Amino acid sequence: MTAPAAAFRPSLRFVVEPALLPWCGLAVLAGLCLLLKNELPWLVNFPKQWTLPLATYINAVTDIVVAVIQPGFRALSVLLDAPMRGARLALAWLPWPAVMLAVAALALKSSGERLAVFALATLAYILLAGYWAQSMNTLALVLLAVPISTVLGFLLGVLGYARPRWRPVLNGALDLMQTVPAFAYLIPLLLLFGFGPVVGLIASAIYATPPMVRNTMLGLDRVPAAISEAGLMSGCTRRQQFWQVEVPTALPQLLVGFNQTTMAALSMVIVAAIIGGFEDIGWEVLSSMRKAEFGQSILSGLVIALLAILIDRLTIGYAKAPETGPTPAMRWMTQRRLALSLAVALALAIVIRLAAPDAMLLPETGLRMQMGAVNQWLLGLVRDYAWFFNGVRNAVLYCLLLPMRVGIAGSATPAMWGFSLPSSVLAAYLVLVLALAVLALRSFGWRGALAVLAAGLVLYTGFLDLPWPVFILAVALLAGQVGGPRLGFFALVGFGLILVNGLWPQLVQSLYLCTLAVLLCLLVGGALGTWAAHSDHVSHILKPICDALQTMPQFVFLIPALMFFKVGEFTALIAIMLYAIVPPIRYVEHGLRHVRPDVVEAVEQMGATPMQTLLQAKLPLALPVVMLGLNQTIMAALSMLAIAALVGTRDLGQAVYVALGKADAGMGLIAGLSIAFLAILADRLIQAAVARSAAASH
Amino acid sequence: MNTAARPIKLACRNVWKVYGRRPAYYFDSRGYIIDPDALAERLRAEAHLPAVVDASFEVATGEIFVIMGLSGSGKSTLVRCLSRLVEPSAGEVLLDGRNLLAASGKELIELRRHAMGMVFQNFGLLPHLSVLGNVAFPLKIQGKPAKEREARAREMIALVGLEGREASFPHQLSGGQQQRVGIARSLAVGPELWFLDEPFSALDPLIRKQMQDEFLRLQRMLKKTIIFITHDIAEAFRLADRLAIMRAGKIVQIGRPADIVLNPADDYVAQFTEDMPLLRVITAGDIAAPANGAALPERSVAADTSLEALIPQLASGVTAFTVPGVGDSPSAVLDAGAVLAVLEREQARRKSS
Repeated sequence: MTAPAAAFRPSLRFVVEPALLPWCGLAVLAGLCLLLKNELPWLVNFPKQWTLPLATYINAVTDIVVAVIQPGFRALSVLLDAPMRGARLALAWLPWPAVMLAVAALALKSSGERLAVFALATLAYILLAGYWAQSMNTLALVLLAVPISTVLGFLLGVLGYARPRWRPVLNGALDLMQTVPAFAYLIPLLLLFGFGPVVGLIASAIYATPPMVRNTMLGLDRVPAAISEAGLMSGCTRRQQFWQVEVPTALPQLLVGFNQTTMAALSMVIVAAIIGGFEDIGWEVLSSMRKAEFGQSILSGLVIALLAILIDRLTIGYAKAPETGPTPAMRWMTQRRLALSLAVALALAIVIRLAAPDAMLLPETGLRMQMGAVNQWLLGLVRDYAWFFNGVRNAVLYCLLLPMRVGIAGSATPAMWGFSLPSSVLAAYLVLVLALAVLALRSFGWRGALAVLAAGLVLYTGFLDLPWPVFILAVALLAGQVGGPRLGFFALVGFGLILVNGLWPQLVQSLYLCTLAVLLCLLVGGALGTWAAHSDHVSHILKPICDALQTMPQFVFLIPALMFFKVGEFTALIAIMLYAIVPPIRYVEHGLRHVRPDVVEAVEQMGATPMQTLLQAKLPLALPVVMLGLNQTIMAALSMLAIAALVGTRDLGQAVYVALGKADAGMGLIAGLSIAFLAILADRLIQAAVARSAAASH
Repeated sequence: MNTAARPIKLACRNVWKVYGRRPAYYFDSRGYIIDPDALAERLRAEAHLPAVVDASFEVATGEIFVIMGLSGSGKSTLVRCLSRLVEPSAGEVLLDGRNLLAASGKELIELRRHAMGMVFQNFGLLPHLSVLGNVAFPLKIQGKPAKEREARAREMIALVGLEGREASFPHQLSGGQQQRVGIARSLAVGPELWFLDEPFSALDPLIRKQMQDEFLRLQRMLKKTIIFITHDIAEAFRLADRLAIMRAGKIVQIGRPADIVLNPADDYVAQFTEDMPLLRVITAGDIAAPANGAALPERSVAADTSLEALIPQLASGVTAFTVPGVGDSPSAVLDAGAVLAVLEREQARRKSS
C-alpha cells in the first residue's frame, strides 16, 4: 500500500532550470538600475547627445533620390489622374435614381431583399443628409484603387504560390505594408507624386493589396490534393491546370480577398483625406471634427459607416452563399435579370440627363444645412452631462492611465493623488507583490512568478520611468526564449534602433497606451465573449454590433470619443478600445463554443460546476484561439495609434503625424517603422508561444 | 483465371519512392544489385522515408489487381508512381511495354488524356462545375467540341445511374453519388487502364457494398485493366483477380485470393487474412483436379463459384462436380473430399486463433 505512494512523492530538491538563470541576472540589474536611478539619470532617460540623426540622413538620401526619380512618378501621377477624373466625372454624372436602381439590383443578387432594402435606405440617407457628391468622390477613388490592388495582389499571390522560396520575402513585405501606418508613407508618396488625390489612391492601393495576396496564396494552397490530382489525371497542361482547376476551386477564397481588399481601400481612402483636396467624405469628417461641429461629424461619420457596411455585405455576398441556401429573391435575380436591371439603370441615367442636363437632382438643402440647432443640442448634452463624462475620464486617468505611465512612485504625490505614500505602505506593496509571486510560483511555476514580479515592477516605476536597459534586455530575453535566438536578436536590434533615434519616450508612451488598451479590451471583450458563448441571445445581439465595428473605417471611432471626452490621451484610449475590442469578443466566443464537446461532457459528468467547467476545461482548451484573438487585438491597437494621434497623444503615432505635417520623410518613416516593428514583434512572439504550447500538448 | 494467356498491360519493376533530403544519392548504383531490405533499413537510419520499397508486379489486360495494406503502407504512393503523379525515385513502369518514366511532359499529358483514368478516395470533384461539367471535364481539356463531350458525358452519367442529376453540383450530392460522378469522369475518355485509389473507403458500409456490386457490373461490361487500392480486406478479396499485400512500403505477397489464404507468405499475411472465411474465398476452380480423361460427373458448377455455395448440394448427397474449363483449358473435377478438406482446415484455423 505505502510503496507506490512513496514512489510518487515529489522530490523536494529545488532544481534551477537553465532558462531561469538569465532572468536572475536581469533581476539584479533591475535592482541596481532602480538604486542608481537618481545618480545616473541616463538609465531612465536616454540622453539626447547619444542619439544618431538617422532621420536627417534618410532625408538627405531621399532628397537626392526623389530629385532623380521624381519625373517618372510625376508622369505616372498624370497618367493616373485621367482615369481618376473620369471615374469622378462618371459618378457625378450618374443621377441618384439610376445609382439606387443599380445598387439595389446588385444587392438583390448578392444577398437578397434585406440587403437591397438596406442599400436603398443607406443611399437615401446619404442623399437626404446632403453628402451625395462627397460620397461619390470617395467611391470614385475606391473604384480605382480596388482593381489595382486586386490585380496586383492576385499576381503577387500567384508568385508566392508558385515560388515558395520567395514566400518569406513576400510575407515580410506584406507585414510591413499592413503595419506601417499609412501616414508614414504618405510623406514619401507626396514627395514623389506631388500634392493631390493620386497620393491617396496610391496609398490606398498599397494598403489594400496585402489581403488579396494572402487570400490568393491561402486559396491556392488549400486546393484539395484530390482535386488537383484529378485535374492532372485528366491530362491538364500547366495552364489548364491553373485556370480551369486551381483558380475556380480557390475562387471563394479569392472573393473573400476581394472583399477584404475593398474594405481596406475604403478605409484608407478615408484616412488619406487628411492630405485634402478631393472633397470626399473623409475630408468632411475631418474638417467638421477640427471645427468641433459634432452634428456634422456624426452625420458624415454615419455616411462612412453605412457605406462601409453596405460595400462589405455586397462583396461578401458574392463570396459566400448563405447557409440556408439562396433566398427566393436571390434566385429570382438571375444573371440575365441583373444585366437587364443595370442596362435599365443606365438608360434611366441617360434619359434623366437628356431631360435635365444641368440639374443635379439633389435636395437643395441637405440635413447638414440645418445643423446649427443639432450642434447646439449636442453641445448642450455634452455640457449638461459633463460631470459624468469628466468623472469617468478623471477616474480612469488618475487610477489607470497615470499609474501605468509614471507608476505608483510617480503618481503617489501630493500633486497627483493628493497624498504621498509613507514608506510603510511601499513596504506593504513589496510584500504583496512577493506574496503574489510565491502564489504564482506554486501554481504556474517560475514563469508565472516572474510575470508577477515584472508587473509589480512596472506598476511601481511606471512605463515612463522604467530603466531602458532592463526593459530591452527583458523583452529580448523573452523573445529569445519563446521564439528562438533570431527573434531575440530582432527585438534587441529593433529597440536599439528606436533608442538611438531618440524615439524612446514616444515608444514608451505607445507601449503604455497600447498595453492598457489591450488589457482593458481583453477584460471587457473577454467577459462579453464568454457571456455570448453561453447565451445565444447575447450572441445574437453582439454579432451585428461586432460586424459593424469591424467594417467601420478607423476614422469613425474618433468621432464619439472626441465628442464626449475632448482632446486627450483618454479619448485616444477610448478610440483604440472601440477599434480593438472586437477580436477578443469574437475569438473568446468562438474558442469557447468550439471546445471539443466530448471533453466538456466528460468534465460535466464528473460533477464540475459551470464555473469549474469554464475555468478548468473550456478556457485552457480554448487558449490557442484566445491567443490568436490577443494577437489581433494588439495589431488593431497598434494600427489605431497613428489615427488616434489626431486627438492628441504623445506616442509614436503622434511622431508620425507631426512628421507628416512637417513633410519630414525620415522621421515619419522611422516612427512608422517603429510601430511596424512593435506589431511584428508582438505577432511573432504570440505565434511562437502558441506553437510552443501546441507542440507541448502533442 | 488463367492470366498467363493474356498480354501484360502494365508492369512495375523494382519501383522505389523515397522521401528525404537527397533520395537520388542512394540509387546511383550502376549495375550492382541492391538488397532491398538492407537499403530500406539504411534509408530509415539516415532520416529518409522509403514509402515504396522495390515494388515489382505485372498486371494482365482485363485483370482486377488489388493492392491492399494498412494506412501508411505506401499503397497510395505506389499507385501515384504508376501514373507519375508522384515521381518514383528508381525503377521502371512499363505501359504496353513502353517505359512510362522516360515519357516527356507532353507525352505524359497525352497518355493521361487517353490511356488512363483515376478515381480518388475523396472524389476530387471540381466544386464549381455541375455533374455534367465534371464528367465532361477531361474531354473539355482535350478541346473536344461542346456537343460531342456533352453527349459522351450523358452516356457516362447514364452508365453509373445518375440520370436526372446532370445539373446538380457536387455539394448537393451524397458521398455515393459523388463517387459515381468520379467514376463516370474517369471513364469518360475510355481509358484502358483504370486506377482506383480507395474509391469506396469514404462511404458508409451499406453504400460501399452497393458500389462494389456496381463496380463489378461495370467491369463485366467494360473489361478494363484495373489497379484497385484498398485497406479493406473484405473488399480486396471480394473484387480481386489477384492481389498484392503491402507492409511498410514493401509488397509481401502477390497472388490469387485463394493462394493467399491457403499459403500465406509469412505470419503477417496469415494474421491479416485469418478472419477471411476460406469457404467464401476459395472457388471451385481453385481446388478442382484435372479430369485426366476420366468420366465427368453429371453436376457442373462454374469455376468462380465459392465453396460455400456448394455446401447445400453436398449435404443433399452430391459427391463430385464438373468444373468446365474457361477458354482452351480442359474441364476439371471437383471432389467432395477436397471441399471437406478445406472445411476441416478452416475449423483447425478457428481453433488455433
